[in-house]
Amino acid sequence: MLNLLIILVLVLAVIAVFQLTRVYEYSRSIRNTREEEISHADNKLNAWLMLVWMVAFFIGTIVLYVKYGNYLPPPASEHGVNVDNLMAFNIWIITIAFFLMNGALFIITYKFYYRKDRKARFHLHDNRLEMLWTMIPGVLMAVIIIYGLITWGKMTGPASADALKIEVYSKQFDWTARYSGKDGVFGAANFNMITSDNIFGIITPDRMKVMLDSIDGDISETEAYIEREKALLSDEKIEVLEDQIYRMKRHKQRLMDLDEDQLNGISTWTAGADDVIAKELHLPVGQEVELIFTSRDVLHSAYLPHFRAQMNTVPGVPTRFKMKPTITTEEMRQELKDPAFDYILLCNKVCGATHYNMKMKVIVESPEAYAKWLESQKLFVPVEAPAAEVPATASPDTTASAPASPATAMVVNR
Amino acid sequence: MAHAHDTHHDGHAHHHKESWISKYVFSQDHKMISKQFLVTAIFMGVIAVTLSVLFRLQLGWNGQSFGILNALLGDRWAPNGVLSSNAYLALVTIHGTIMVFFVLTGGLSGTFANLLIPLQIGARDMASGFLNMLSYWFFFTSSVIMVASLFVETGAASGGWTIYPPLSALPDAMPGSGLGMTLWLISMVIFVASSLLAGLNYIVTIINLRTKGMKMTRLPLTVWALFVTAILGVLSFPVLVSCVVLLLMDRGFGTAFYLSDIYIGGQPLDVTGGSPLLFQHLFWFLGHPEVYIVLLPALGISSEIISTNARKPIFGYKAMVGSILAIGFLSFIVWGHHMYVTGMNPFLGSVFVFTTLLIAIPSAVKAFNYITTLYQGNIRMTPGMLFSIGLVSTFVTGGLTGIILADSALDVNVHDTYFVVAHFHIVMGMSAIFGMLAGVYHWFPKMYGRMMNTKLGFAHFWLTLVCGFGVFFPMHFVGMAGSPRRYYAYTEFPFLQWVEDLQPIISTFAIVGGLAQLLFLFNFFHSIWFGQKAPANPWGSNTLEWTTPVKPGHGNWPGALPEVHRWAYDYSNPEHEEDFVPQTVPLKAGEHAH
Ligand code: HEM
Ligand SMILES: [Cu+2]
Ligand SMILES: [Cu+2]
Repeated sequence: MLNLLIILVLVLAVIAVFQLTRVYEYSRSIRNTREEEISHADNKLNAWLMLVWMVAFFIGTIVLYVKYGNYLPPPASEHGVNVDNLMAFNIWIITIAFFLMNGALFIITYKFYYRKDRKARFHLHDNRLEMLWTMIPGVLMAVIIIYGLITWGKMTGPASADALKIEVYSKQFDWTARYSGKDGVFGAANFNMITSDNIFGIITPDRMKVMLDSIDGDISETEAYIEREKALLSDEKIEVLEDQIYRMKRHKQRLMDLDEDQLNGISTWTAGADDVIAKELHLPVGQEVELIFTSRDVLHSAYLPHFRAQMNTVPGVPTRFKMKPTITTEEMRQELKDPAFDYILLCNKVCGATHYNMKMKVIVESPEAYAKWLESQKLFVPVEAPAAEVPATASPDTTASAPASPATAMVVNR
Repeated sequence: MAHAHDTHHDGHAHHHKESWISKYVFSQDHKMISKQFLVTAIFMGVIAVTLSVLFRLQLGWNGQSFGILNALLGDRWAPNGVLSSNAYLALVTIHGTIMVFFVLTGGLSGTFANLLIPLQIGARDMASGFLNMLSYWFFFTSSVIMVASLFVETGAASGGWTIYPPLSALPDAMPGSGLGMTLWLISMVIFVASSLLAGLNYIVTIINLRTKGMKMTRLPLTVWALFVTAILGVLSFPVLVSCVVLLLMDRGFGTAFYLSDIYIGGQPLDVTGGSPLLFQHLFWFLGHPEVYIVLLPALGISSEIISTNARKPIFGYKAMVGSILAIGFLSFIVWGHHMYVTGMNPFLGSVFVFTTLLIAIPSAVKAFNYITTLYQGNIRMTPGMLFSIGLVSTFVTGGLTGIILADSALDVNVHDTYFVVAHFHIVMGMSAIFGMLAGVYHWFPKMYGRMMNTKLGFAHFWLTLVCGFGVFFPMHFVGMAGSPRRYYAYTEFPFLQWVEDLQPIISTFAIVGGLAQLLFLFNFFHSIWFGQKAPANPWGSNTLEWTTPVKPGHGNWPGALPEVHRWAYDYSNPEHEEDFVPQTVPLKAGEHAH
């Protein structure tokens, strides 16, 4: 039905365009008028249209406000309430200004359309008036700035010491959360340690050893391959392989440059063992959380509209946002009478082909439910079987292609 | 036009026998260059509008098959008539790039600075006709490269017109970051060269070549606006070049200005220490002044047209000039309002909130002055006037939502949503475009010696106004509900579905609005050849361009240059019989200048 309507509108529009171009021909044939002399009828018509448009514009605006003005469910975070209040305040001001200014513009235009027997007033300036309308926006802006900055200051201040820290990690095209586990310390992580089963690149002594060994293995295999096939390989191919070896060596060097740190008396290389990696973001209600964002490839943005929160994720530069969730998912479902409702974190910085589908479910629950959920999660290093297996690399003999880098090899293996 | 050539020979020796090439192609005459800019910009505008209509089809009727998409874009980009998501991003990016840079920067300034600066200050031509010509041909070249990038195998640049790295730096990150992005960057470097050549020329011309009596305080507001615009461009575009060159180096030479700790394509990259935020600072140091580079000429044009057609002096000329200067200055210290959610220090954010909201004051002054100029005027509803009045409405409407975006605490929730798209389209996509269209209708007689059809102009205005608001006004609500921009579809998010029924309505307005531009195209091209012949001063205007012959030759005035005795806004001056007093009319005994 809607589609039919739209098609109808389109057809009418096309016809209208054609008809209107014919108007051109007509007006040429009544050629005793000049284009630059706007007839009284035309002046009046356009003046009236200004009024008609104003009314339509205002009604349209009001309809939109009424129908869509309730733009989001109530804020589910503490600062969100302040943000919404500030928003309401600002919207009131700009809406009033919108109606006043547009109203004045269209009504004045209507009222003073051209009449031959009248002369415009020769009015150059009026210092008192101009002073007044510099002062009014000045004062309004002062209020808006002060109110805005107070709200901003509150929401961006440092997180309290007992805030729950959670890492939120973005890559094309999904989100992952990391909880620090019992020890309360995040294991050290580095992008050089990333494999398909270690999205964060968490460093543990075992992982490090596996990584280094596998790179060593790849290097010597590639070298052996070149040695063996020298006669058959083109110079370019050899160059490519040597470049790969160089890169693997650099990779290894960067790994060896990583140092172990101490945090709260815990080695950051062992702290990672009990970290919890999750594909959902669970938050305990009423507890301040500090979300720490990182990205591994391009910019993304963690947008949490229900919490009135957003922060870009930047490769190489961790960013933060603190907030205190105040309404559990369950409560919100009841409030909205929508049993399927879920909070959501969506990506809001264009990041590639499926940017429009890069999201993570957010669950706000009671502290007990949260604790239980955390308990049920697998730890990064399973307690029973500590040693990760050594990944086998694709054999260069079987394929003509170059050996894969350790990271890709592990991807292939999973 | 030969007669114009013969009669003045003071200092102009280079225009005896013009070949077709030197007259129409490599012309050094500012008026011809202006027309070249305009026609190129119209052509680019048609492309950009078409692109927007194409991707609006996807947004309005997600997943539905459209034969036209497949026919225009082929199987790779629109298999089965459904736009692919990569193609969607490419179209959005090139649409935005063309609109901002090619239509509203090169096109708007190029057309009207070239046409109006020499004519309104009483100069024979730009300070350097040769540089002026080069500036057009650089613009042309960069336009060709940008359009050509649409046809690249891997697709055009797709990271948005702001091309933030690392996305734009890593060909592995998306297909559009391959050759398409390289072409985008090259095109942009050439574009900036064009802008700089042009801008320097405008500044030098305005400072040095004003005719006798044309004091700075008597300049029409168009020239003031174009002057400040040129200064903004000359100060900010070089920063874009360095920003772009660093990006080219990151892409091609293994540097790491913008890159750090990146793992992509199954490998960690050997880059550390760069910062993607550096790019954003550099980009927006240009990017924010850029939006005023787009807007100020439109404001200048509309001031002139409103005063002329209200038959009333512009209200508060000094305040208008002061506001232009204040906006120009402030526009350099507000760029950070694009970066509130990048992790920038919140205190720095506060500073930008403060400076940004300050701009509201001179902007409000301008809006009040426009409205007061209309008040008690005698308003002639020419098409140019209608578009100028439309500009005031859109400038006010779009400016007000800027207050929300400037407030960092609020921006957090609407940043990069359709609210932003609504805001910048109403100020740039409507206000600045209205200014440009107003200028075309108003100065067409000067450019082509003929009149455009007025009735078609009315229809064009009303359809454009209604459709423009029909497209962009509902977007505020789509955005406040949480719909991010640069999304190919919203199907994945149940909480956004309730605003999705606005999408087909928006798209319908977009299609009708796009078609309405055919009226303009028809009117424009038809009138160039068949329009009514124009009189010398069709609008009863005071400024100097209307004292030239209908079709001024090279050198503009046959004989001596006009001498200026008064400001440009003596409309309905009670001391004079006529309701306008051209700037060349000497003061009467006892009359004092304003
Ligand atoms: C027929 C008229 C137009 C329609 C229907 C239209 C529609 C759109 C839409 C839907 C977007 C995508 C927004 C997003 O996803 O981020 C967009 C982007 C954009 N448009 Fe328009 N637009 C129109 C005219 C204009 C004009 C006249 C300008 C001039 C300033 C303009 C400048 C831009 C810019 C700068 C972007 C951002 C591109 C990006 O995200 O990189 N548009 N437009
Ligand atoms: Cu994304
Ligand atoms: Cu800005």
